[in-house]
Amino acid sequence: MRDSYDIVVIGGGLGGLTAARRLAREGRHILLAEQHSQLGGLATYFQRRDHIFDVALHGFPVGMRKSLRKYWGKDFAERVVQVRSIRFHNPQFQLDTTFDNRDFRAKLQELFGLPQERVEAFFAGIAAMNYYDDNSETTREFFQRYFPGRTDVWRFLMEPITYANGSTLDEPAISYGIVFGNFMSEGVYTFQGGTDCMIEMMQRELRSCAVEVETSAAVDKIYVAGGKVRAVRVNGREIACQAVISNGSLPRTVLEWTGQEFFSPEFLSGLQKVRLSTSSCQVYIGIREGATIPYIGDLLFTSTCPEYNTDALLSRNISSRTYSVYYPEIRPGTHKYSVVASMNARYEDWAKMTREEYRAAKKAMIEDTLAALEQYIPELRSICDYTEAATPLTFQRYTGHLQGATFGSKFDGLRYSMELFKQVGGLFHTGSVGIIMSGWLGAANYGVITANEVDRYLN
Amino acid sequence: MTRAEISQAIIDIVNEIVPDEDWSALQPEENLRGKLESMDFLDVVMELRKQYGVEVPEADYGALSTLQSCVDYLEPRLARK
Repeated sequence: MRDSYDIVVIGGGLGGLTAARRLAREGRHILLAEQHSQLGGLATYFQRRDHIFDVALHGFPVGMRKSLRKYWGKDFAERVVQVRSIRFHNPQFQLDTTFDNRDFRAKLQELFGLPQERVEAFFAGIAAMNYYDDNSETTREFFQRYFPGRTDVWRFLMEPITYANGSTLDEPAISYGIVFGNFMSEGVYTFQGGTDCMIEMMQRELRSCAVEVETSAAVDKIYVAGGKVRAVRVNGREIACQAVISNGSLPRTVLEWTGQEFFSPEFLSGLQKVRLSTSSCQVYIGIREGATIPYIGDLLFTSTCPEYNTDALLSRNISSRTYSVYYPEIRPGTHKYSVVASMNARYEDWAKMTREEYRAAKKAMIEDTLAALEQYIPELRSICDYTEAATPLTFQRYTGHLQGATFGSKFDGLRYSMELFKQVGGLFHTGSVGIIMSGWLGAANYGVITANEVDRYLN
Repeated sequence: MTRAEISQAIIDIVNEIVPDEDWSALQPEENLRGKLESMDFLDVVMELRKQYGVEVPEADYGALSTLQSCVDYLEPRLARK
C-alpha cells in the first residue's frame, strides 16, 4: 500500500470490483480495500474439505454476459451459460420453466388458463414501466390490475424475484418490473467455473490493470476537509485520496465512517428512514465424491405455504425454501454436486438468541432442510457428507452489512446512495441498493454508473 | 473536427462498445436506442470524456439519440478544443 491514491474503493463486492476495473481503465490509481480475507462480497464462495459452496451463483439475467464483456473482458463473457430449468413445487402448482418470455407466456395461458390478451397486456405493462414515472403503485396493485385474485399467478411471478432481490409484493412495482423484465429476455444464466473461478479471474484482471487489492483491510474512517474527501484510514493507516467509493453498508458509510456532521439534516433524516432489505439463511449441502443426484432443476422453488406470503417467507418457522443445485457441469472436469438452500429471514429473530439457542437453531434448520430436500432426493442422507448453515448473523459478520441485510436497502435507499457526493465532495456509494440495483447484474452495472460519476468528479 | 470526423469518431466508439451490431449502415436519423441500451450510453459518455475531453451532463443525454443529433451537439463543443 502506498500513502496516496486517486481513489479508494471500500469493499470488494461486484459493485466495488467493477467500479475499480472501469476506473483503472481510465488511468486512475486505485486502492481496493476489502475487510474480509476474500473478495466478492455476497458474490462469494467458501471451501470446506473437498467441497466448494457457491453462496449466490444461480442465476442472473443474460445482460450479465454483455456487462462482463464490456467491463471485464471476453474471457469472462464466454463463461456465462444458461441454466437448464427452473422448477416450482407448492400447493398451488408444480411446473418447469426456462424462465423466459416465450415459456412464461405459454405457461400463463396453458397452465394457468389466462386469456392471451391478459398475458399480453401484462407484458406490455412491464415493458412500459419507466423509472422516471410516478412509482407509487406496488407490485401487489400491479398484479391485482392484470390478474385479480389469482394468487397462484402472483406466486409464479413473484417467488423468483424475491429470491433474486429480496423484494416483496409491497415494494414499488417498478422494482419488480425492471428485474422481471431483465430475466424475461432470455432466461436465467450462471458462470461456468463457479464463483471461485470468477473472483480469481477478477482479482487477476485488477492486478493486471494496476489496481492495488488489499484483503483483510478494514476501512473505519473517511476523512473530510473543506467539504471534500481527503483520506481514509485502512487498518489504522491513513491513506490520502481524492475520491472514495464505498461498496459497503450505506448507513455505516455515512454515520460510522464519515460522520453525520458532514451531512445536511434533511439528508440524514431521510437516510434514517430508509429501510434495509431483510436478511437470509442458507443451508449448504455437500454430496460426497463419486455419488450423483438426479436432475431436479437448477433452481427449485418449494413451499408448503398455501399462498405466497411475505410474513411466512420471513418466519423462523420455515415453509419456503429455494434450492440452488450445482451439478458437475458448473465446474467442468469435476464430479461434484452441491445444494444450497436459501430462505429469507429476519435479523432480530436470530440476534436475540443465547449461544446455545443459536447453535440448536442452526442444527434444527439443517435437519429440517435435509428432511424437506429428501422429498426430491430420496437417498440424500446416505450421499451427503457435509452440511453447514448461515444465518443473518453470519451474513453480517462476513459482509459488515447492518442486520445482515443481503440485498442492501429497499427502493427508497437508491436516492441517498446516488446523492452522497452532493453532500460530501468525492464521496460515492455503489453496490446492491434500492432493489433495482440488486443482484449480480444490478450491482455490477451500478459499479459502472458510479464509476462514471467519479470520473466526472475527478475531471 | 469536421462533422464527418465527429460522425466517424462516434461510430468508432459505439463499434467498440457494441461490436455485435452492424454499424456500417447506420442512418443519421436512426434512433440509437434500437442498438444501444442505457448502460451503453453511459459508456459513450465516458469515452467522449476520455478521448475528447467533452463532458455530457445527464440532462443532455437526450441529445445523443441519433448520430445526427450527436454531431449537432458535439460540433460546437469540439470546436472549442
